[in-house]
Amino acid sequence: MTKPPDRAEKLSSSAGSVVFDADVLVLGGGPAGTWAAISAAEHGARVVLADKGFCGTSGATAAAGTGVWYVDPSPERREAAMASREKLGGHLQDRRWMVRVLDRTYVQSNQLAEWGYPYPVDDEGKPQRNSLQGPEYMRLMRKRTKQAGVTILDHSPALELLVDGNGVVAGATGLRRQKGDRWAVNAKAVVIATGGCAFLSKTLGSNVLTGDGYLLAAEAGAEFTSMEFSNAYAISPAFGSVTKTLFYGWASFTDEQGSVIPGASSKGGRSVIARALRQGPVYAQLDQADAETRRHMRMSQPNFFLPFDRTGIDPFTQRFAITLRLEGTVRGTGGLRIIDDNCATTVPGLYAAGDAATRELICGGFTGGGSHNAAWAMSSGYWAGQGAAEFARQLGTTSRRQSFRRGTVGLRSGNARPLQGGALARSVQDEVFPYELNYFREAGRLGGALRRLDALWSDASAAGAPDEQELLRAREAAAMLATARWMYRSALARQESRGMHRRDDYPEQDDRYLHFVTTGGLDDVWTSARPLGSKQYAEAAE
Amino acid sequence: MIEVIDAERCTACDICVNVCPTNVFDKTDGIPRIARQSDCQTCFLCELYCPEDALFVSPFADAPQAVDVAALKEATLLGSYRRAVGWVEESRHLRAADRSYRLFGH
Ligand SMILES: Cc1cc2nc3c(=O)[nH]c(=O)nc-3n(C[C@H](O)[C@H](O)[C@H](O)COP(=O)(O)OP(=O)(O)OC[C@H]3O[C@@H](n4cnc5c(N)ncnc54)[C@H](O)[C@@H]3O)c2cc1C
Repeated sequence: MTKPPDRAEKLSSSAGSVVFDADVLVLGGGPAGTWAAISAAEHGARVVLADKGFCGTSGATAAAGTGVWYVDPSPERREAAMASREKLGGHLQDRRWMVRVLDRTYVQSNQLAEWGYPYPVDDEGKPQRNSLQGPEYMRLMRKRTKQAGVTILDHSPALELLVDGNGVVAGATGLRRQKGDRWAVNAKAVVIATGGCAFLSKTLGSNVLTGDGYLLAAEAGAEFTSMEFSNAYAISPAFGSVTKTLFYGWASFTDEQGSVIPGASSKGGRSVIARALRQGPVYAQLDQADAETRRHMRMSQPNFFLPFDRTGIDPFTQRFAITLRLEGTVRGTGGLRIIDDNCATTVPGLYAAGDAATRELICGGFTGGGSHNAAWAMSSGYWAGQGAAEFARQLGTTSRRQSFRRGTVGLRSGNARPLQGGALARSVQDEVFPYELNYFREAGRLGGALRRLDALWSDASAAGAPDEQELLRAREAAAMLATARWMYRSALARQESRGMHRRDDYPEQDDRYLHFVTTGGLDDVWTSARPLGSKQYAEAAE
Repeated sequence: MIEVIDAERCTACDICVNVCPTNVFDKTDGIPRIARQSDCQTCFLCELYCPEDALFVSPFADAPQAVDVAALKEATLLGSYRRAVGWVEESRHLRAADRSYRLFGH
């Protein structure tokens, strides 16, 4: 008989706030957060998971669905899978991590099958596990998270971390949006799984992803890496939110007159589309899909067809205007720097998983979308949950521990003018959406944007806390602003083109930059170069 | 963006209020209210979770659109996403119909 899981304890519930006591607190309830919560619970921890939205529908995966880097464990297949993207990623990947992620993803995916995920079976009767339907997957993950004994707080965005006198993370606090009050969780370890930052661009399912976890981790002193690889843009119908890009591999792209745009393509020619969009409208039509392919498409991605079926467009026979929506670090690869195999960050007691963490170890500088990010979310989630549970166990009792709130911008009380989240978010978008700033980078333009962003930061830091209704917006905007500054500072530091980072003034890859760029800081943003992990080991062995 | 909660079909179960990731709806004494439409991210998930096919998310992400509910019903667009992913009894087989493995690597 299995013993019923220990649950986190509700300490008090007074007017205005609710307090929990837990071993592990997970922030974010997408794939990374739910896998982390389940793993922490399986490793004996009492767990609370707080999500800004609703765990099960919130985040990029729930709305979009994902291809998964699930590769049969035959040595040749694994080798081919690893080798295939090393060049695209600019040779920044780490083979040891790729092997670990492929192994872990295989185990987690097979676990999903045991839990009843309805994987399809091919004509030979073989199950196919390299794709997950978002709503189906995340509905199952919510169920399993609850069954593991995890306490889920929905509509409960985290605002700031709690840290003890020794700088060890001690929990977090946040809002309960539908209750109009606050939560606090005292925890021995915290996993940040709040996803990436897509700057409120309305790319599918991603408006909850504003970099909140980056900001609150940075306030506790965490570092970031590969933040220059944060300019992923995805194709969608111009009017719509469905940025599912696989099927554009069967598209032709035309200009206003109907002429094919030379070189334009979803893969390997997306920058051509960006350039063309600066001149005028660009149209797509999936005219290269045969009847069978069309049928497979409809079955595989029902969400792809919603914008078309609901406007009476036949995307196979009619052309439609497209746009590119910024996905920032969601389909980029930058994020919190992790320092060990359990996804610990540089802050004791703080772990990172999924898009909140860097994906440089398996993707290098090329997008993690398409399969790697999903594999990373389940693998890093598993490891971070395990690491956090172990950290909590080793910490032992913390009953007399004092903790301090680490939140800064947007949370300062006083008489200063309150921070205006809506206006600030738009100002940040003005600096990160334009292709000429972010897609095609150049020192002068990046420098100009950074000066404006730094000025926005000074203003925001001096502002006071807005009222409770506006607090979330203000913190989201501040997190977007901080993220933009780490992105562009890192982009300036990498004086070459590599992966998705392209510099007009340094169009070539330059092996003097075969290293990672670390960044961090709030008032003063810094960067530094860090050798690749594989190189470090090589040097240590010499 | 979310445009419609059909008063004829809605049973005030409030599932949409719970599942919306961006907290667009408010509970009321009767059927929920679209209280913050501009926060809608056009993810279609409220519609997917509505057991009565009472919701309609317009695919226009950046601007509200006038919607004719009678025409939507006529065209059986209400609930079309649920049927397409197999979240209704008649189309359950579609839950395992993913053919992505035939499309990857194109
Ligand atoms: C359109 C699209 C298609 C994609 N396709 C693929 C693909 O085919 N293959 C692939 O590998 N990857 C793909 N990706 C990327 C993939 O979806 C992400 O890498 C994955 O969702 C990451 O999981 P996560 O749990 O880290 O983040 P998410 O799934 O984004 O979840 C983050 C969660 O954190 C919550 N949160 C945010 N802020 C807070 C806060 N302050 N407090 C509490 N909770 C918070 C959010 O509400 C959300 O639930 C795609 C992304 C998009 C946008």
